Amino acid sequence: MSLTLADVHRIAQLARIQISDEQAQATAAQLNDIFAMIETIAQVDTSGVEPMTHPLDGVQRLREDAVEASLPLEELLRNAPAQRDGLFLVPRVIE
Amino acid sequence: MTEIAHAGLAQLARLLEQREVSAVELAQLYLQRIERHRALNAFLDVRSEATLQQARAADGRRARGERGALLGMPIAHKDIFVTRGWASTAGSRMLEGYMSPFDATVVERLAAAGMVCLGKLNCDEFAMGSSNENSAFGNVLNPWDTAAVPGGSSGGSAAAVAARLTPAATATDTGGSIREPAAFSGVTGVKPTYGRPSRWGMIAFASSLDTAGLLAASAEDCALVFNSMLGFDPHDSTSVQRPDEDFTRSLQLDPRGLRVGVPAQFFTQGLRPDVEAVVRAALEVLQRLGAELIQIELPNAPLGIPVYYVVAPAEASSNLSRFDGVRYGHRARVFDDLNDMIRKSRAEGFGPEPKRRILIGTYVLSHGYYDAYYLKASRVRRLIAEDFRRAFQRCDIIAGPVTSSVAFNFGEKAADPVSMYLADLFTVPGSLAGVPALSIPCGLGESGRPVGLQLIGNHFDEARLLGVAHRYQLATDWHRRVPAGY
Repeated sequence: MSLTLADVHRIAQLARIQISDEQAQATAAQLNDIFAMIETIAQVDTSGVEPMTHPLDGVQRLREDAVEASLPLEELLRNAPAQRDGLFLVPRVIE
Repeated sequence: MTEIAHAGLAQLARLLEQREVSAVELAQLYLQRIERHRALNAFLDVRSEATLQQARAADGRRARGERGALLGMPIAHKDIFVTRGWASTAGSRMLEGYMSPFDATVVERLAAAGMVCLGKLNCDEFAMGSSNENSAFGNVLNPWDTAAVPGGSSGGSAAAVAARLTPAATATDTGGSIREPAAFSGVTGVKPTYGRPSRWGMIAFASSLDTAGLLAASAEDCALVFNSMLGFDPHDSTSVQRPDEDFTRSLQLDPRGLRVGVPAQFFTQGLRPDVEAVVRAALEVLQRLGAELIQIELPNAPLGIPVYYVVAPAEASSNLSRFDGVRYGHRARVFDDLNDMIRKSRAEGFGPEPKRRILIGTYVLSHGYYDAYYLKASRVRRLIAEDFRRAFQRCDIIAGPVTSSVAFNFGEKAADPVSMYLADLFTVPGSLAGVPALSIPCGLGESGRPVGLQLIGNHFDEARLLGVAHRYQLATDWHRRVPAGY
């Protein structure tokens, strides 16, 4: 399995990371090395083995659906690149 | 004052208790040392006035009759933990200058115990790396040999403790990022059981693996800090609920009859002869103390690296999707529309390693590849965890190397991601199983660079793990050595 330039561009688009053709080229080569190393897991017999997503097989704990105190809005907006009236500003999405 | 700087936490606690030194004096001492050794690049943000304010408060608490081993004790935090009074960058331009509105739970707990923050420590970007060559703010140097890497991702934490710029440093271990730098930098580093320390306020890399821990000069010091640092946190959805315990309670354990499992898979061709010799000598010390060495098998451990480099990037691709330039972090200045803003912000803010891992993660989770990669890796992960469960039926703790070589030189592995990833060979299996594990200094290898002994325990068996490490440290003095010039 070898990644093509088109594959890298497609993944980059999914990951919302802009990438030039030269970067995609270099990345494809590195990713192919990494995937060659990863391929070894394909040979392992895992029939009847459940996937493990939590090392202690923990279960998602849920809290009561009750309103709790939160941080003041001004503090949460302090790091915003652009904001107005308590809202984060982004380029217009809908014309 | 150098003797005080070289003192361990337990000794410093006595000096503070006996009023032989104040929290302010200790803070000033370490701040001076941090300034003198700026060339190590271990610290990313130091604010003397904020530190001294905390120190004065701690002295005030003691004057009003409060007691506690950590009251007035200096600490430094890996820049992966958010802090209100210091910037939090995770070693990335994506968060350059970011000031968190809250403290990580680990930070809050240690502050409540009276610890005084010396500043934030350099690390590989978003905790991704094994050499601290991936920080957007420059490499961290290894105090033992400045041509060598300190290890990563907690390189700043390890270098700072090695040079005694702080008696202890918080850190995180996802695939080995506490144990490996501890080994390379000749200090003690402990990763608790997954779920024990809170992940609230820990900038997320891989949520099923990220575990906060500590680097210090000894296992005893780590045990002391764990008593305040670890514990259930309702803010963390994977935090384990267990009765309170004293992690120092087994420090005086009797090692006679202790069954120490030695995994055959950790002593293969990849292990360099100098490291093997030093680690085997350390195992002999355990034997002389009365432990019984038992050969064990962790047959699926060699699959740890491929499994880890599917699972961790997958989780990272999800966790790092929050960095889009909208609410915080780097936002590109020039863009056509929202999508363009996001794509450019992420391209500019992330360094090469996070980008690489996000792309790997995106791929293995994508339609058509999820089963063959992510699901498959998750099944193999269970096989690795089962190996540990079976091993612990035959032994009490597992011992072996931390790394296959001593610290490598800067640039040696940076060009080849796969060879860099192999640095985690002996640490990722324990990470995937979520078991507690540590590295303690056990000698010097090639070029006089430190070697670490890894001890791995069963889930929730930190007290015994620390006890065995402490016993070893009573019988040897590798952990007391400080590199020349510090």
